[in-house]
Formats: sequence, C-alpha cells, structure tokens
Amino acid sequence: SSGTTCGAMSSPKKDESSVHKTRTGTGERTSSAARKGERLPSSTSRASAEGEGEGKKKPLTKAERRALQEAQRKAKAERQSSSAGGKPLGKQPSLDAGSRKALHSSSKQSSDGGVGGGGGRRDGRTITPTMLEADPLQKTAKGTKAKSQPVESHVKQVQLFSHLPQFERSTAPKRSLGLSSSIHPAIVRVGLQYSMGVVRGSNARCIAMLSAFKKVIQDYVMPPQKELCRDLETTIKPYINYLTQCRPLSVSMGNAIKHLKLSITRVDPGTLEQEAKDKLLGVIEQYVNEKIILADKAIAESCLGIIRDGDVILIHAHSSLLLSSLVHAHEKGIKFRVIVVDSRPMMEGRASLRVLVRKGIRCSYVLINAVSYIMKEVSKVMVGAHSLLANGYVMSRVGTALIALVAKAYNVPFLVCCETYKFCDKVQTDAFVINELGDPNDLVETGRRQGNILHDWKNMPSLGILNLVYDVTSPDLIAMVITEVGNIPCTSVPVVLRISQEVQQNYP
Amino acid sequence: LVISEIMAEDEVSEKVEGFVAYLKQKNFHSSYDVAKRTVLLMREVASKTKWSNAREMIERMKVEGKKMIAAQSSESAVANMVKRVLKVVREEHARCVGDSEDMDSLHGLLKGGASEDLDKPVSNLKGIVIEAINELLDELDGSASNIASQALDHIHSSEVIMTTGYSKTVEAFLKAAARKRKFEVIVTESAPSYQGQQLARNLGVEGIQTTLITDSAVFAIMSRVNKVIIGTHTVMADGGLKALNGAHALALAARHHSVPVLVCAAMFKLSPSYLCSYDQDTFNKIVAPHDVMSFSEGDMVSRVHVQNPVFDYVPPDLITLFISNIGGSAPSYVYRLLSELYHDADREF
Repeated sequence: SSGTTCGAMSSPKKDESSVHKTRTGTGERTSSAARKGERLPSSTSRASAEGEGEGKKKPLTKAERRALQEAQRKAKAERQSSSAGGKPLGKQPSLDAGSRKALHSSSKQSSDGGVGGGGGRRDGRTITPTMLEADPLQKTAKGTKAKSQPVESHVKQVQLFSHLPQFERSTAPKRSLGLSSSIHPAIVRVGLQYSMGVVRGSNARCIAMLSAFKKVIQDYVMPPQKELCRDLETTIKPYINYLTQCRPLSVSMGNAIKHLKLSITRVDPGTLEQEAKDKLLGVIEQYVNEKIILADKAIAESCLGIIRDGDVILIHAHSSLLLSSLVHAHEKGIKFRVIVVDSRPMMEGRASLRVLVRKGIRCSYVLINAVSYIMKEVSKVMVGAHSLLANGYVMSRVGTALIALVAKAYNVPFLVCCETYKFCDKVQTDAFVINELGDPNDLVETGRRQGNILHDWKNMPSLGILNLVYDVTSPDLIAMVITEVGNIPCTSVPVVLRISQEVQQNYP
Repeated sequence: LVISEIMAEDEVSEKVEGFVAYLKQKNFHSSYDVAKRTVLLMREVASKTKWSNAREMIERMKVEGKKMIAAQSSESAVANMVKRVLKVVREEHARCVGDSEDMDSLHGLLKGGASEDLDKPVSNLKGIVIEAINELLDELDGSASNIASQALDHIHSSEVIMTTGYSKTVEAFLKAAARKRKFEVIVTESAPSYQGQQLARNLGVEGIQTTLITDSAVFAIMSRVNKVIIGTHTVMADGGLKALNGAHALALAARHHSVPVLVCAAMFKLSPSYLCSYDQDTFNKIVAPHDVMSFSEGDMVSRVHVQNPVFDYVPPDLITLFISNIGGSAPSYVYRLLSELYHDADREF
C-alpha cells in the first residue's frame, strides 16, 4: 500500500517543483525531495502547500479550519471520557469524514514513513496528536514551542523512565510543521532525516546540522534596523527547538551550536552583511574541518601505534571514527582481525561489517549475548563514544557498558576513541538521569518466520517495552581514551575541557 | 518363559530406540520432559529386562544409559537421571542386604565400605527398585511446584526483579509470588531466541507489571534492580551454571551493582561433571547462525564468521543462592548434594 500512496504523492510534487523552481531555496528543496523519493513525501509537500516557503502563516481555508476544530473538540471530549491509558484504536472512530480529508496526507506519511519501526506504527497514533496540538499552537502562530508538550497518553510509559521525554518521533516533526512554516527547509529536511533514522551517529548528525545552518546563513536576509548578531540568533532558536523535537540533540551538535552562537555574538556590528555571512560560513567550515575531519585523521594515526599485528579487536555497533581508524590501519599493512558485536534493535553492527568486509578485513559477527563467549579470543576492545562527561564517564550506545564489564572480567583492555569536541560539562553516574528513549515497537519486530510474539503488547496493560539508546560506562572499566590531543585517561577529560574553554575565551 | 522374556526385551529395545530418536531430533521442549522420559525408560529396563542380581541390573542399565546419553550429549538431564537411578538401585540393594541404615555412617565407613556385594541375590529386588524409581518420579513431578512454594520467602513487596530467557521454573516462581505480593519484573528479550519475549508475554497476561528490555540495556538498568532471578539449563558440579547465553554478562552486572543472583533449578539439573576449560567443545553448543545473520544477507554471510553459541558458563562466585526442590543452598554446598544423589562409581561413564 505504501507504493501506491507514494505514486499518488509524486505527481503533485512534480507540479510544485515546476512552480517553485523560480523561488530561491524552495525550488532546490522540492526537487531534492523529489529525488529523495518516498522519504519526504507529504511533509515537504504539505509545508509547500501550506506555507509557500519562508516566513508566511499557513492559509487554512475556513472549511478546513472548522473541520479541524470540530474534530479536535470531539477528540478532547473523547479523551476526557475514556481512561488514562487510552489506546490508539479507540480514538480512531472519533474522527469524522470532514476532518479525515485534512489528515489524509499525515496518515499517508505515517504509513509509508516506516523506516526504522515497521510493524507497530498505526495511523491512529499519529493522527490524534496533530489534531489536539493544532489549536493551541495556531493561537501562538509563530511555531516556536518554548515549553514541552504534554506527554500523550497514547504512548505507554515505563515508570522508571517517566521523567524522560517519551518516544514521539513520528509525531513531532509534523506537529511543529503543521502550523508554522517559518522553519527553513534545509532544517526541515535535516530534522526529518534525524527522526527517521536516516542520519545516525554523532559526527554525521553534527555535520548534517552544520551544513543546514550554512544554508540558513546563506539565505538569511538581515532586516533593516536590526543587528545581525542578535537577529540571527533569534532566527536560529526556533530551528534548534525544531531539531530537538525531531530527535534530542546529541552532545556533538550541542557543542557545535554553542560555538556557532559564540561566533555570531562576536560579529562586529559594523561589518557589512555579506562580509559577516562569509565570516560565519568560514567559521563553520573551519569547525568541521578542524574538530571533526582533521581530528579523525589524527586519531587514526594514533591508532597505528596501538593496533599490532595479530590483534583481535572487538568493536560494538557503529562508529565512523573507529571504522576509519581500522581501515587506515589495515591499509598501512597491519594484520589484525575484527569481531563485531551487534545489538538489537538498531543492528548498527551490520553497517560496520559491510564497511570492513569491503576493505578486506577478516571479520566475525556475534550478538551481544555471546560477548562473554567470544571475549576469550579478544586482545583489545575499541569503541567510539557519543560524548565524554566531565566526571570521566563515557556515554555511548547502549551495550557498551556491558561489554566493558565483561572485558574487565577477562582482563581485556578497553579503549575509547573520541574527538575533543564531544567532551561536555555534564556529569552523570547512571544511565537513568539523562537518556534518550527509542521506539518501543522496534523491539517487537523480531523478523522470525513464526511472527512477532508481542504484536499486541499495547493491549496488555501490565506489559511495557523499553528501548534505551544510550548508556554510561564508568572510568574504572576503561583503560584509555584516544583523542586528537593525545592518549589520555578518562579522568583527564575536565582538564581538556578547561583548556579548550580558555582557548575559546582568548580566541578573538 | 523364554518367549515372553524375548518379547519384553524387544519392547525395551524399541522404546530405547524411540527415545534415542526423540533426543536426536530435539523434539523436547524442556529438560523436565527429557528427565521424566529417561526415568520412565529406566523403570522399563528394570522391570522388563532379565537380570538375576543387582550387578547385572546395573550393567544393563549402564548399557542402555550410554546409548541415551550418546544421543544428545548436551542434554545433561539424561545423564543425571541415569546416574540417579543407578544410585537408587545401589541404595536399595544395600538396604536390603545389610542393616544399611548406617551405610553412610562412620561405622560403615570404618568397615571399609567394601560391603558392596552386588552379586548377592535379594528377594523382590525388582519391586523395591520400581517403588524407589516411582518415588523419584514423584520428586520430579513436584519439583516445579516445590520451588514455587518457596517464592514468598524470597520476594518481598515493591521489588524490581530482573530475569532473562524463559524458564518454566522461574515463571511458576514469579506467578506464585504475584498472588500475594506486588512487584515489578524486568525481562531481557534474549535475542536470537527471543525466549524473553515469550516470558514477558506470559507474565503480562497474568497481570504482573512487566517491562521488556534489550539485552544490551542490562547494565544500564541494573542499578534499579533489587534481585536477579534466573533459571538454568544445568548446575555444574562446582556450583557454576550452564545457562542461556547472556547469563554470564547478567551475573557480572549484578555483582558490579551488588545485586543478589538467585537461581531456581530443580535437583534433576544438578550434574556431576565439571567444566575443565573454557574451550571445552562439549560444554557449549553452537547452533546455526541463521538467527544471528540470515541468509538473505548472503554477500556478507559468506565472508564473515558468524557464531551463535547457546550456553554460557557462570562461575559459582557470581551466584548468591540456589533455590531447588529441597530448599535453598549456597553454591559452595553443591558438592555435598552431589554425593547424596550420585554414587562415585557412576560418576564417569
């Protein structure tokens, strides 16, 4: 069915792209959307239908507005009467035919937008929140949501993690898009890529976000009577909120944004607009070049001294930095083999495996349960990190702490590779306080022939599913951290942070 | 009469063949089934085959037993039950022959213990042995409910309990406790067999507050867990476990957070064999990698070495308590239980 809906969507898209070719920014957006195929069908077309590009209010017709309000009133009454643990299917009958048309495009999006999750996504779940949130946000009409949305009862919460924002990935982008189209299309695209899981990994996400910001700066037109540094900041704020809604920001992205904001405030008010923009673009490019690309090269060089002939290296999930270091070592002629440990539900290890096998490195592959079986063969464990916290703890993909523990039990050294721009000021000792929750339906999909055991888990009130994304490894399990400033122990992280902060203060 | 004897022998051989095929094709669902069928078959051997004294019976049982054990050597329940029955036979014989209430006593030990005269004919040995085997069967049948009845001693209210895999013993244990106490259970899904998902479903249907997590989140969640309760496939002679893979990592995480690990295992899972080294090929069972990486990823599967081990060894120092049908015991006590259940002469064959 997703094939037919995509076919239906593609024709209006082509029309729009011809209409919008003349407009700057939008043209490239819709044509690239057409290229992307089914990834971004209705959200961009919806935005274009509603918004015609940047900065205008959504022109809803009177009939549509009435239909929206009616359906939303009904849904509200329904919600008040039903119990707190509302099920999505129970809500569907409340929407009448008039409102169904307005939501048709959003339901199509949900049916063919199932990249990561597959089976569990239902139209009812995605339709209702758009409806309920539409009205209050229309009133503000700016699209900026300063406060967090109330957690919908349609998502079953796990008590232990009720303090974290529950997984609402498929609803969030549409929600904020639905009424404000003051979000730059490049940001919209990047946000959707995050929420769909197309772009994953802290380096990739950071670079994607910075390229989007580069486009934002290029397209930015400074209104008269305003200062560039202040106005640009206020322009960027809603974009950052939008991205956070699509997927919580990673530490790498957070640090990059801080750096960008700092450079914006440092712009001399007297400079011309074009000069200032060029300067900012230069700053971004330099950041990416220095902190990511060159840092990766430096780390790969350090790893040459660490990986020896005959090594058996265990890696977990996917880290772009680590893979480039391993490939570099292999190309320099060091003979080693790699064991890839993978974990559900993301199965990122398969992507790692592909990269390594293509380069001709000998690989083995196991799931994380078998890690204590395989650890006896391993000579060192190397992992990438999402961020390093100021108390020396390493935040990384869930499962890393378990591997570190087993490695310690078998006396295998555990090494972490991380660029310094991922170091952050936060402190955390367990994986509960700050974490990200993924889609619980990802766990239901098992890919077995006999079918999914928990396909109806939502109907069982006593059963909950938890899909954690990150976990935190303590420094006593880690031997060394490999960064571009050298090989340091975990406890030196605050030292590096402080020095880099001083450098930033003094840097003009 | 000769003819009836021959027919009886044939019947027994047929049944043994049938059991061997059953084992080889892995038609069983739990080690309890295997254990029960082994004991029933041993009873058949005792009642229908021809023997004149205890020694001959024991020899015959050993012969049949070897066939069964060879069929599926990873199923230790078969070997355990065969050895249990042999011990039962020796005990009953000794009791009939001497005033062997003191068989294990100091008096018996001082006498040299060589009063193992198995050649002595004893009247009605068959009846006595069959009765003893029936007692063994009763113990087997009652083991799960026996363990479950101890549940209230170990689970208090508002606890968070973690478990992994799908053990029927643990399921009965938790359900028995849930009748009187309110607690929460966290189950790991145990890929690639996804047994944990089945257990989570069963518990959820019962109304027990259950949360399913991935295997990788075990360490992250462990700081909020009060107890770890797991089942096992076999209990080794040193007190360690041969459990579902992932159990070792779970036990390590529990030790790191000082969370007690309780193992619910019936006595028929106790095996007199030790683990010699971690590379022992007979210890672990490697099954098809299809569940780990399916053949649809053909271009990678051919170039990558994929492994899918079934078992994990958990050393005894990571375990806090064994809960079995004869009560709770520490791992350091397991060797004593062994000497009660198995006879030295039957240890290795």
